[in-house]
This record gives sequence, C-alpha cells and structure tokens, in this order.
Amino acid sequence: MVLYELIDYSTLKVIWWLLLGILLIGFAVTDGFDMGVGTLLPFIAETDIERRVVINTIGATWEGNQVWFILGGGAIFAAWPPLYAISFSGFYLAMFVVLAAMILRPVAFKYRSKRPDPNWRSAWDWALFTGSFVPALVFGVAVGNVLLGVPFRLDNELRMTYDGSFFGLFSPFTLLCGLLSVTMLVMHGAVWLVMRATGEIAARARKAGTFAALGGILLFGVGGYLVATGHVEGFRITSEVDPNMQANPLAKQAVVEGGAWMRNYTAYPVLWLAPIMGFLGMLGTLVLLQTRFEMSIFAFSKMAVFGIIATVGVSMFPFILPSSVQPEASLTVWDASSTHRTLFNMLVAVVIFLPIILVYTAWVYKVLWGKIDEETIERDNHTAY
Amino acid sequence: MELNVVDLSRLQFAMTAMYHFLFVPLTIGLSILLATMETVYVMTGREIWKRMVKFWGTLFGINFVLGVATGLTMEFQFGMNWAYFSQYVGDVFGAPLAIEGLMAFFLEATFVGLFFFGWDRLSKRQHLAATWAVAFGTNFSALWILIANGWMQHPVGAEFNPDTMRMEVTSFYEVLFNPVAQAKFVHTVSAGYVTAAMFMIGISAWYMLQGRHLQIAKRSMAIASAFGFASALSVVVLGDESGYEANLNQKMKLATIEAMWHTEPAPAAFNVVAWPDMETRENIFAIEVPYVMGLIATRSLDTEIPGINELVDRSKDRIRQGAVAWDALQKIRENPAEASEELRETFRQNAQSLGYAYLLLPYTDNPMAATTEQVDAAAWATVPNVWPMFYAFRIMVACGFFFILLTAVFFYYSSAGRLETLMEKRRWILHVAVWSIPLPWIACEMGWFVAEYGRQP
Repeated sequence: MVLYELIDYSTLKVIWWLLLGILLIGFAVTDGFDMGVGTLLPFIAETDIERRVVINTIGATWEGNQVWFILGGGAIFAAWPPLYAISFSGFYLAMFVVLAAMILRPVAFKYRSKRPDPNWRSAWDWALFTGSFVPALVFGVAVGNVLLGVPFRLDNELRMTYDGSFFGLFSPFTLLCGLLSVTMLVMHGAVWLVMRATGEIAARARKAGTFAALGGILLFGVGGYLVATGHVEGFRITSEVDPNMQANPLAKQAVVEGGAWMRNYTAYPVLWLAPIMGFLGMLGTLVLLQTRFEMSIFAFSKMAVFGIIATVGVSMFPFILPSSVQPEASLTVWDASSTHRTLFNMLVAVVIFLPIILVYTAWVYKVLWGKIDEETIERDNHTAY
Repeated sequence: MELNVVDLSRLQFAMTAMYHFLFVPLTIGLSILLATMETVYVMTGREIWKRMVKFWGTLFGINFVLGVATGLTMEFQFGMNWAYFSQYVGDVFGAPLAIEGLMAFFLEATFVGLFFFGWDRLSKRQHLAATWAVAFGTNFSALWILIANGWMQHPVGAEFNPDTMRMEVTSFYEVLFNPVAQAKFVHTVSAGYVTAAMFMIGISAWYMLQGRHLQIAKRSMAIASAFGFASALSVVVLGDESGYEANLNQKMKLATIEAMWHTEPAPAAFNVVAWPDMETRENIFAIEVPYVMGLIATRSLDTEIPGINELVDRSKDRIRQGAVAWDALQKIRENPAEASEELRETFRQNAQSLGYAYLLLPYTDNPMAATTEQVDAAAWATVPNVWPMFYAFRIMVACGFFFILLTAVFFYYSSAGRLETLMEKRRWILHVAVWSIPLPWIACEMGWFVAEYGRQP
C-alpha cells in the first residue's frame, strides 16, 4: 500500500475544501483588519501624527498578514488547478486592479514617512486607502459573481474561454456583496483601532465601527433574503457523481435553479450556524462598541468574518466555481482538484507547517502588542512608519 | 516587427521575472549578511555592529518590500495569462509554490516586522533569532521557487494523463530532488550572496572615498569581502555544475550557449568569441580554446557533445513520434470512457514526445500528415537564437571571474589591515568598486536569460 492511500481521495478533497476556507478566513481575519484600517485612514485621522499612529497599529505585522493571501493563491494553484486557472484569467481585469492595489500598499507603507513633505505623505495615504479599499470591494464583488455563476466554457481539451467582461462583473447583487465585504472589513479594522489606539482615534473608530456593523447586518440580511427567495439562483448537480473520480469537470450534468443554494441547509440544519454566527458576530460588535470593552469586541468581529465567509462556502458546497453559461462545466469539490497524491503530500506539508506558523505568528503579535499613541511615534521617530 | 501572442507572452514573462529578480538576489544575500553582523554584535556586545545592522537593514527593508510587490505579479500571472498552462501543470508546479508560502514566505514576512520593530521589545538573543528567521525564510523561499523552476527546466517525477489533460505527479521525491533544481538553487543563492557582497563593498567604498561613516564602512568592507570572495568562488564552481547538468538534460541549451553547430570530436573546443549566423547556420569566425568545452560539459576526454545540427535531427524523430501521440490523444478525447486499451497503449508509448507534435501546429492542422519540410521547420523551431545565448553567457561568466578578482583584492586589503592605503594611495580601486555595483545584477539577469531563453520553445 502506498502512503497517500491512507486517506481516501474523496475525504482529501473535502479536507482541502475546508483548508481553502481556513486560508480565506485566515486572510480575511488578519489582512482584513489591515484593509479596514487602511480604508479608514484618511477619514479617521486628520493630522500627520494621528495618521502615523493609525498606520503604525498595523505597521509591524501587515507583511505577515499579506502572506495569507499569497499562500491562498499558491494553495489554490496546487490543490485546485482549474479553479486557479479559470478564476484568475476570467476575472482578469478585476485581478489586475487588485494586484495593482496590493502592490501599491507595501510600497506606501515603506515610502510614506521617508520624506516630511505633506503632499508626499498625503499622496501615499491615499495610496494606502486605495490599496485597502479596492481589494476589499473587488473580493466581495468576486464572491458575488461566484454565487451567480461565472460565464466560462470548457472545450474538449479542457481549454477555457471566458465570455464575460469587466463591467459585466458589476450587477446590483455583486455590488451588494462588494459593499458587504467593505463594511465587514471596515468594522473589523475599526475594532482593531479601538484596541491598539487611544483617545480621539479610538473614539472615532468606535463610531465608524458602529456604522459599519449596522451596514453589514443590513447587507447580509438583504443578500440572504435574495438567495433564500430564489431571486438569486443557485446550481445543482443532476447526474451521478463519484466523489473518488479523477478530475474532469465535464463528466457531470448540472442545472441553474432558484433556491438551490438553500438545499444544504435543508439537508443539514446544523449549517445554519454559519449565517447565525455572521449575524451574532456583527450584532455583538455593534453592542459592545457602545461599552468600554476592547478585547472582547475583537472576538465578536472575528466571529462575524468567519460566519459570513463560511455562509458562502456551505451554501455552495460542493460547487466552488459554477459556470453560468455551461453549468455542466462548473467546478466542484469532486472534479476540479489535484491528484490524490498531490493532495496528500500537500496535506502533510500543511499539518507540519500550519501549527508552526500559528505559534510564531501569535508570539510575534504578543511581542509587538501594546497601545500606540503619539508619544510612541515620537519616541521611535526613526523606526516607525 | 509584428508580435504574436507567443512573443508577447515570452516578453511579459521576461519583463516580470527580470524585474522581480532585480530585488531578489540582494534580499537573499543581505539577509545572511545582516544575520552574520548581528551575530557578531551579540557575541562581542559592541554597539557599532548593531548600528551596522540597522544601517544595512533599512536598505534591506526597502528592497524586501519591492521584492514582495514584484513577486505578487509573478504568482498571479500564471493564472491570469497562462491559464491553460496552470491547469496543465498545477498538480506538480503548484505544490512547491504553496509550500514556499507555508514554509518560507510566512517565516520571513512575519519576522521581518519583528526585525524592524522588535529592537526594544526583545532580548539580544531573541532579536538575533528573529533576524536569522528572516534569513532562513528568504533562502528557503529561493529553494522552493527553484524546485518549481527546475521542474519546468527538467520535468521529472510526473506524467501526462489524457483523462484530465494535465501533468500529474508520479513521484514527489523526484520533483524535490531534481538534480537540475539542486544545481540551480546553489548557483542562484550564491549569486545572491555575491550580489549583496558587491553591493556592500561598493557602498562602503563610496563612503570611504567621501570619508563618511568610516567605522561602518571599514567593518562592512571586511565582512562583505570575505563573504563575497567565498561566494564568488562558489558561484563559479556551482555554475560549472549547472553546465554539467545542462549537458545531461538540456543539450540544445548547451549547444547554443557554445554556438556549436556541428558535433565535434571529443573533447570539444570552447569558443571564446564567435560570430554565429542563424541564416547559414555557421559561425562566421570563432576563437577557440581546445578541449575546454568537453571538460566542462562532460568531465571526460572522450564523450562527444552533440552540435545543433545533430540535435535538430534528433528532434525530427521526436516530432514524428509526438505526432503519433497527438493523434492517439485526439482519439481518446473524443470519448475518454470508451477509448480502447490499444489506443491508450499507443499514446503511452509515444507520450514522452507529445510536446514535439505541438511544434507542428503552426505549420499544419494534422501533425500525422506533416510533410518533410514542415517537420524540418518545426525541428528548427527548437533552436533558440544563438547570438544572444552565446553572448549573455559570456557576459555572465566574465562578471563572475571579475567578482572573484575584486573581492579577493578587498579581502586582501581589509584582512591585512591596509584599507588606509587604499583610501590614501589607491583610490582608483575604490572607484572601481563603486562603479561595479550594477555588475552583479547584470550577471544575474544574464544568467536567467540563458536559463529561460535557452529553454525555448
């Protein structure tokens, strides 16, 4: 017996679906507050020193956080090659915009405070804003499009063509998802600032976070209503599928159907926990922001991020990227993964390294923990951003 | 000049990769130098070494961030521009990239924050550990990326599956311990060390000419020249290993580097200068050093190295064989579930040449019915343009030997305690060092050019 056969192919596929979810949630929870803080930056801090306080609450750790994103890309490439190929090339211009924004952000951190010129600094502040707001919006819009189905086709050699356009990505529903993503991350970032900043900035962050949480609850509710009532249609597999099959997305039949994204909740009511956690997280954040609590709010806003992303995942399972124009070519957990062997080898790597990563990341956060205020910036004038 | 999709794709990859590699080698080398200097600080407790770490650390930080920013493009463009390639290789190629993220990039990116912001929050030893974590992360990162690249150069441990239309891993072990990847890793990493050393020597020389920051400059000079000398020697030796691997696995690359049109009796001569002509497929003139080439590439006196013409002839056979595989594949794809075992066997027998059949597609729709002229044209498409290969390689090698010389000179002056002499009497040597700063970058870029351009199509 070969080692990789220790775990069933179909089990591995589900494990990798979960891992992908963990990576996405890891990205949204860590880099998410960076994006939230960056989006808030021009509005929440007025003077230069205030802005430096805001930037330095995330200054030392954003690099590590961004790796969740890079790792997510790498993991999709390795575990779901067709997903990587179709989503990155299909959302070409959107990815391009995200890429440009995410290149802008690291550079902005390093360059901003290198010169005292106010115009220079203000320009980089807006670069930070763009580098945070744009990806937050586009990721949400992309998720909206995935829920609706993406207009791609596969030919007999599995070569993909894409019928959509950049502006085709924006519809009322996808914009709603984009705004939900922005409000969720702004709320998360605001809670981060409540913990790490003091005085005026923290007070303003409480206000911003309150509005964002309210908006988030509303948008999540409307989005859920549209999906549940069948205004937004889902997908359903109509043929037999062998979970242990070789990766070939063309070997099944599927249809578009109103309410199909609700089928999993009927079959497994326990999945209702995901949307409930999304709502409870935002509600808890909203309430606690009005009190003097700090650390416990963060637990609720993390829960909100977890719940919202998990809701999308469990609604769609086993679909990961449905095709709106050729439903039978949709990518699912069963027919779009890497081989048994690769999934197993990669799992070994994850089992070894993910715990190590979590331990040292926690340690680094612990070392760098503490309130940032104007005095800390002036004391470390040279090393601070 | 008209560019088609293939030309534009190559151009894009060349630009993004070369742009990325402006920042990578310095990060690789400087991280090790920083960790070394900080080790000296922790062992001796002298503040000057800490100031040096902070001084070079600032330059490292800017460079690191640009490496990350340009690296994002590298990762995304596979999916965005070469989607079919990603689907085709993801099972093999994606894994090292993902493991790079898990094992290496997370490490360096998390600890780099601690490196800059942790000075007052950590004990000396803890901070030193953070710096070494960054250095290890950077170097591991290079390892995994080069395993991925090594597989593209020499695809071992995988085979094509007609049911999923992609390459699938048959042995992860072979992918990891691919000899080409190993040779590339050590060569590339030591090139990074040389780059950082030359950078540090050049900037220190500049400060010595100006008479500023002398304490930092002299110490940096000492450490960089010792480190650089060792690395420059190893980069050349390990580059020789790459040449040996190229002869085993990428004969065409080697032949074009050498502008060697015809198979020569062993041991082959080395062309120092030549004027290759792609039209007549001859060298208009060449200055040769006898025996050297045979020794480098085969490490023996009696093994022949095949010339370009002979390799093209070999390609013709593989194109014919590939056409059979291509034809079988088309038939299997018509109905994979019912393809006969006989058909699958035909495909398996010829599958290793499948790629060669695709060289025919620009000339004909049906590779099975290709004419002799079409096969000729396709076979010659396997030959990269010789001229740039030939000179890019020689520029790289010349730079390599120059680095050995320059680092040796500075190593001598700083270990003999005679840097003062340099500053007073031999200022021209310092000027040379300053002007040499761009050279390692040129050498690195030329090296990648040879590696990638020589792998076409």
